[in-house]
Amino acid sequence: MWLSAVITILITIGIIWVLLSESISFFRVVSLVDFVTEKEWTPLFADKKFGIAPLVAGTLLTTAVAIAVALPIGLTIAVYLNEYAHARMKQVVKPLLEVLATIPTVVYGFFALTVVTPFLQTLIPDLAGFNALSAGIVMGIMIIPMISSLSEDAISAVPRALREAAYGMGSTRLQTSFGVMVPAASSGIVVSVILAISRAVGETMIVAIAAGQQPRLTLNPLVPIETITTYIVQVSLGDVPQGSLEYKTIFAAGITLFVFTFALNNLSFWIKKKYQEKYD
Amino acid sequence: MTNSDINRLKDKAFQVFGIFCTFIGLVVLAIFLFDIILEGVQRIDWDFITSLPSRRAARAGILTAWVGTIWILVLTTIIAFPLGVSAGVYLEEYSRKNRLNNFLEINIANLAGVPSIIYGLLGLEIFVRQMRLGGSLLAGALTLSLLILPIIIVTTREAIKAVPRSVRDGSFALGASKWQTIWNQVLPASFGGILTGIILALSRAVGEAAPLIVIGALAYVPFTPASPLDEFTVLPIQIFNWTSRPQAAFQTNAAAAIIVLLIITFLLNGIAVYLRNRQQKKIKW
Repeated sequence: MWLSAVITILITIGIIWVLLSESISFFRVVSLVDFVTEKEWTPLFADKKFGIAPLVAGTLLTTAVAIAVALPIGLTIAVYLNEYAHARMKQVVKPLLEVLATIPTVVYGFFALTVVTPFLQTLIPDLAGFNALSAGIVMGIMIIPMISSLSEDAISAVPRALREAAYGMGSTRLQTSFGVMVPAASSGIVVSVILAISRAVGETMIVAIAAGQQPRLTLNPLVPIETITTYIVQVSLGDVPQGSLEYKTIFAAGITLFVFTFALNNLSFWIKKKYQEKYD
Repeated sequence: MTNSDINRLKDKAFQVFGIFCTFIGLVVLAIFLFDIILEGVQRIDWDFITSLPSRRAARAGILTAWVGTIWILVLTTIIAFPLGVSAGVYLEEYSRKNRLNNFLEINIANLAGVPSIIYGLLGLEIFVRQMRLGGSLLAGALTLSLLILPIIIVTTREAIKAVPRSVRDGSFALGASKWQTIWNQVLPASFGGILTGIILALSRAVGEAAPLIVIGALAYVPFTPASPLDEFTVLPIQIFNWTSRPQAAFQTNAAAAIIVLLIITFLLNGIAVYLRNRQQKKIKW
């Protein structure tokens, strides 16, 4: 049984070893400086350029759109369910929102491509068929329950005394929520947002279906882009021979992704540990 | 208007906004399900379920995809269930508060946050290349098992934690050993919770496409797999493949396959919720 627990450590070692060993042999050919500073990513073309920046920009762009959708909606839901809604309503709404998190991401991708993009095109005529905007919006909808339920937990963990003191001084529900409850629960809310960002950065199928496959260093959400995850899928679907330089690029892209999510996850643990307000 | 009137107005306005936000997600979900059902439901018939994939949309079916999905489900359960539960039992019942175990816990939390596509890269290198399993069912199931292991461990621990001390103390007082107490008392009492966690983890595995694409599962497999070492496809990959094609007929196929996938996902989640509710009602410590 001790062994089965230790397997989890072996998985981590395995991930790091696999990513490192393939990336190191990649970086023997392509210099790390080029990887970071080059502005184009064209490993599958005749004229190969290995700058990760366009893929990182694409990833950050879809993530930013997703968070811009999910944070205001998710936080409002958390506050509303905590301070305004009846207990019965909370009981019904919470599991229904969780349904959003159980739907397979490939299904969200289909939705983004066949419903959201055509709809947005009627509002924004220049919107390309593949774009970061609709992929990001749909990803945002997917992570609403993540932000709303983690933030709601954090807000409801704030002691009653604080809330009652606020009401006792004549605050409205809105003033109590945003003047007292949200600030008191801020570390929990920040943690929920960081975990949501980490989830959005690693999300694959929605962006692979709806955001396009054109690595592009841009902040324009209306044109096709490519994320790190989409690139890995793109190469996996093609006939790239194992062991070739093109094959190794997916591990170099993978380690970049891993570094991002690993840093975000550990930042969230650290905030949780350090800033969580202790009430007795 | 006095200041307090304005504050009350703002309060009311936020209430309306709160209701709007709470329902917008649900409304989008409803529109979405409605749209999928509208587009896909007339495509679902016996032929669609029992036909092999085809280059012509009207003749293509999902036989290989759903058979592959069932294979993956069964194999993943066989691999991940014993590993996850025993790791959970160890961490909850045997481990002491030392640095190794502290590290184990942080590590598991970290693994739960690793994107699924990274597990795909791990599976590609270890199972597909080093162990020479190729893009087989076994390689896919092993990869997905690693992916859902952290979920199973965490839920197993929570289920075990819910068993009160008095049950353990009673068992010890009757002279049972630690293992007898776990096997005869703790595990039966927490089984419902453990099962719920495993089913939720499997419903996650059923919807995964990215790691399986990375290990080389194919979109076009002309036969149903007969052994764990055969090549395979699964429903999410089939949906991805159809969605990526420009022809409208394939989009309809994708919508129909999505209905089947959602039925499987919701069924698994429904069973998990049902088990959890029954467990909560049945046992009052």
